[in-house]
Amino acid sequence: MQQFLQGNEACALGAIQAGCRFYAGYPITPSSEIMEKMAEELPKVDGVFVQMEDEIASIGAVIGAAWAGAKAMTATSGPGLTLMLENIGYAIMTETPCVIVDVQRAGPSTGQATKPASSDIMQVRWGASGDYEIIALSPWSVTEMYEMTIQAFNFAETYRIPVFLLADEVLGHLRESTRLHQNIPIIQRPEKTDLPPFGNYADNCATPMPLFGQGRKLSVTGSTHDEWGYRLTQSPSAQARLINRLCNKIRQDLDKISLFETYFLEEDTEILVIAYGFTARGAFTAVKTASQKEAKIGFIRLKTLWPFPEKIFSNLPKAISKIVVPEMNQGQVVREIQRFTNCQVIPYNKTDGTVISAKEILEKVNDIK
Amino acid sequence: MILNKYLRPEVFPTPFCPGCGHGILLQAVLRAIDELSLDINKMVFVSGIGCAAWIPSPHFAADTLHTTHGRPIAFATGIKLFNPSLKVVVISGDGDISAIGGNHLIHAARRNLEITVICANNSIYGMTGGQVGPTTPMRAKTATTPQGNPEPSFDLCGLVRGAGASCIARATVHHTRELIKYIKKAFTHQGFSFIDVISPCFTQFGRRNKEISGASPAEMILNLKKLCVHVKSSDELFTFKQNDKILIGEFVK
Repeated sequence: MQQFLQGNEACALGAIQAGCRFYAGYPITPSSEIMEKMAEELPKVDGVFVQMEDEIASIGAVIGAAWAGAKAMTATSGPGLTLMLENIGYAIMTETPCVIVDVQRAGPSTGQATKPASSDIMQVRWGASGDYEIIALSPWSVTEMYEMTIQAFNFAETYRIPVFLLADEVLGHLRESTRLHQNIPIIQRPEKTDLPPFGNYADNCATPMPLFGQGRKLSVTGSTHDEWGYRLTQSPSAQARLINRLCNKIRQDLDKISLFETYFLEEDTEILVIAYGFTARGAFTAVKTASQKEAKIGFIRLKTLWPFPEKIFSNLPKAISKIVVPEMNQGQVVREIQRFTNCQVIPYNKTDGTVISAKEILEKVNDIK
Repeated sequence: MILNKYLRPEVFPTPFCPGCGHGILLQAVLRAIDELSLDINKMVFVSGIGCAAWIPSPHFAADTLHTTHGRPIAFATGIKLFNPSLKVVVISGDGDISAIGGNHLIHAARRNLEITVICANNSIYGMTGGQVGPTTPMRAKTATTPQGNPEPSFDLCGLVRGAGASCIARATVHHTRELIKYIKKAFTHQGFSFIDVISPCFTQFGRRNKEISGASPAEMILNLKKLCVHVKSSDELFTFKQNDKILIGEFVK
């Protein structure tokens, strides 16, 4: 199905397609169209929409609805996400599947609410307290706003974890021709499960999500707990065991979660550009243009930001000596790249609330050649 | 005991201090459920953080959601809206519900969301060591008001009435018959219901304020009788003024 759609609208349609039947949110630019579209679409599929009193309540209601059986979602932007972080930590600890869309804008604080940025990459990774792994996806097109929202729900259900969709203002508001695939596999929640509600320690993974109201007498707590939900706030082994499993259930599946795409990469490629989100569009065009002029240049687009796709670096062409990383921030993903490579890593950062154009990236590449 | 079927025997004894009223409130909630013959498998108990949050979690053999500090009403909103067939009950403390979580209380009352909020009100932050709360009486000594509380205290029944709540009551753990009656009324009310339950904390409040509370945990509970005035009509719960007294009674629209 081909439609001319806005990124935020496509995200909402992806959520409905994924089986999202509960949305709670609070207005914030530049994400509000997602909420408005959900308010329109959810009643058509017997879903529930509620506008809450703030972002803290929004994510709280999302988590509550998830335990009542809903695939649930909220959307916000940087400052709203900051308010949600404590309850996101709760969702991580209680293994509550849900999707949080962050349509990023220029910050800190109120910043420039209608201008794009990619500056919440570290906020979603480390914003909540404690140690944990998280999943964050980074779409580059309106079609991907739709597809990655579905992917986010699938990851949330598989790993019982809150999953972030990290868009930005430009993509949220971009209108372009969009393919709405109807046959993307959807992971459904089991109707009933008798397994321990909080994890399989033998395989370090999550157990199927149980529901309230089925007589299971679930004890759900953000305190440290065992697989049956009993609070264990004094035991060192209980704390170690739980945190290890919460992290390992993600780390052991990096191959399935940490997705990326490679373009124009050859054995003799010397310069590599790594980009994500809307910036990846400019980067793709720049690399394509340069490679047509016989520059030995390749491009990798990160689809998953967290867990970081470190596998990229296990198999790179040996000739690569320089990696250019354009970002709409002061350098967030670039530091992850530096952790995994001995190549010269060259950041290109822009934080003036405008996008990074193909021309700018091309100039940067020509500078370092 | 008849209430054993509603409890997880393996988690007892409770963590509550001598003289704490929360054990009495725990039993009053279960008695109300038993007397109404409610199916506890179709109930969800949501609590925040603090001593009162431990009343349902882990003691109740039911679905319990022990959430973040101040947010149980927000979580309860999601549960109730997505599955209205569940009876959703919030049991949490006065700091949790009226300070950090005050916004959610106001808006659940305004929405007339069909949940019951039971505020176990000990007028202090007990678990964290006895700091002043919005419900602490003026002049009372706490860990953070060693010279006496300079601020007036919050009337939670008046607050939720202003926000639109349709079933409101205040009781104490000393007046258990009224307490059970009010909880039953709240559980059968169509719309938002709120009960402010005065539950003494000798450990953190009483021992610092013996001139109000009496010399011992037992005296503090008995003192509730002297401190309370039953209001005769529902409107008096909000209009009747008597200094340093606790007004108990109910208001149903």
